[in-house]
Amino acid sequence: MIDREQVLHVARLARLRLTDEEVDQMTGELSSILDHIERISALDLEGVEPTSHVVELENVLRPDEPRPSLPREVALAEAPDADDTGFRVPSPGA
Amino acid sequence: MSDDVLDLSAAAAGARVQAGELSAAELFSAWRERAASDDLNAFLWLAEEGPEGGDASSSPLGGVPLAVKDLFCTEGVPSAAGSRILEGYRPPYTATVVDQLRKAGAPLLGKTNMDEFAMGSSNENSGFGPVKNPWDDTRVPGGSSGGSAAAVAAGLAPWAIGTDTGGSIRQPAALCGIVGLKPTYGACSRYGMIAFASSLDQAGPLTRDVTDCALLFSHMTGRDPRDSTSLEFPGEVALPSAERLDGLRFGVPPELSGEGIEPGVREVFDQALARIEELGGEVTEVALPHSNEAISAYYLIAPAEASANLARFDGVRYGQRKGHGDLLSMYEETREQGFGAEVKRRILIGTYALSSGYYDALYGRALRVRTRIADDFRSAFEKVDLIVTPTSPTVAFGLGERTDDPLAMYLSDFCTVPMPLAGIPAISIPGGMSDGLPVGVQLAGPAFSEPQILDAAYALEQAVGFDGSAARHA
Repeated sequence: MIDREQVLHVARLARLRLTDEEVDQMTGELSSILDHIERISALDLEGVEPTSHVVELENVLRPDEPRPSLPREVALAEAPDADDTGFRVPSPGA
Repeated sequence: MSDDVLDLSAAAAGARVQAGELSAAELFSAWRERAASDDLNAFLWLAEEGPEGGDASSSPLGGVPLAVKDLFCTEGVPSAAGSRILEGYRPPYTATVVDQLRKAGAPLLGKTNMDEFAMGSSNENSGFGPVKNPWDDTRVPGGSSGGSAAAVAAGLAPWAIGTDTGGSIRQPAALCGIVGLKPTYGACSRYGMIAFASSLDQAGPLTRDVTDCALLFSHMTGRDPRDSTSLEFPGEVALPSAERLDGLRFGVPPELSGEGIEPGVREVFDQALARIEELGGEVTEVALPHSNEAISAYYLIAPAEASANLARFDGVRYGQRKGHGDLLSMYEETREQGFGAEVKRRILIGTYALSSGYYDALYGRALRVRTRIADDFRSAFEKVDLIVTPTSPTVAFGLGERTDDPLAMYLSDFCTVPMPLAGIPAISIPGGMSDGLPVGVQLAGPAFSEPQILDAAYALEQAVGFDGSAARHA
């Protein structure tokens, strides 16, 4: 189960704004999804190691040599708002 | 000439170009014209013209054009991953696999529709409208690579690539009556794929037949210095030629082939098992005891990774920006307006699973279940060479039929979700028809067993003799 307050809390963490209608809908849908998913709580997983990655890889290293990266004007070209030197964003306190 | 050429498989058309019987430019324009007749909403963008220069007749893929799922970045070409938040985005670089295939002689034909950020099993979550199934335009093509699958099945493209995270290549291939391969995790570079769940996502081919699948796949593999999880493919991927299945042991897991499979699908599946035995294969039962928990683990792990991956869509560096006022409002409004309902749902699930107080109980446990699932497969492959299951529990369902019940949509992925959790390869090939709609049969094997999977799939394909021409647009 997940309640309205939890949905709003998680939405805040995820920087998602939800309309009142969306909050109601998500609360219902997420509750039934999580009720199903939470069945894994019943499994005995004592001593089982977690798998975060399926490929057996240790650190993948390469020589630390300088090489060209994306030119600044190219990196800035798709930004909704930019000047010659960087991405422009609204002030956090505006 | 053009209709004849479009009836050829991709491999056969490429061979004609290589033999000098057909020009690559003619082949491209014939396909370009056909693709432009798309009435399924399969394509989101089409190339204006074919590649300049180069000699396709000496290239391994012979200049046969390629449809590419919208989430592969293609330099200067719209790449929105089916999302309004990236509408109009033209990336400054090209995904490694698209580049590899272009260099091997498969130029870009167009970008295909998909569920937004690859989240979905019906293509109804696209920000640019759903795709229709070429066998019945009131039904879904499957998802998330629904545009790629529909384009190939409808004969709007000779072949295509997509991505599979929990079934997004195999399930639409099954529902559209074509072949789809999800490779071993790490076999193909993920560089330039707009990420959904990084520990699960893999690129792979969607093709008319198994030979085309092997040919395309053989040019997609390899270690890429720009994807540190990619690996050199051990050995060669040759074109399949097996006629028999003598000595091969096929395991049928009851967990993925019994309860929940609709009768018409089960019937086609049983016929496929009979064919396997006729070809000399041995069919036995094999247990995958944690399969019932795979959906739970998947729908925690994939959303958790997605919630982190999608944090980058905040209206700062690319895509759409919405809202006025301060920075926080800009982030929130951009994401509210840019993301569709399913993407929001998964971001919420993922953020919840990773949040303080739930991390160990949900995400942490899901990672342990993942170990159990990989162990299940490991034990199974001590007893059998390949595992065979239906790809999807049902045939293509109606547009709008499941959109009100996201949990039911998630549960329908139970045949395809376990393999990516274990990182192993699996193919879906057409096994026959049920009620006028195609049914897919899935073959899975241990990591890097693609050559064996393709060979077995080829032998089975010949025995089944599936005819997909009815779905192709004349």
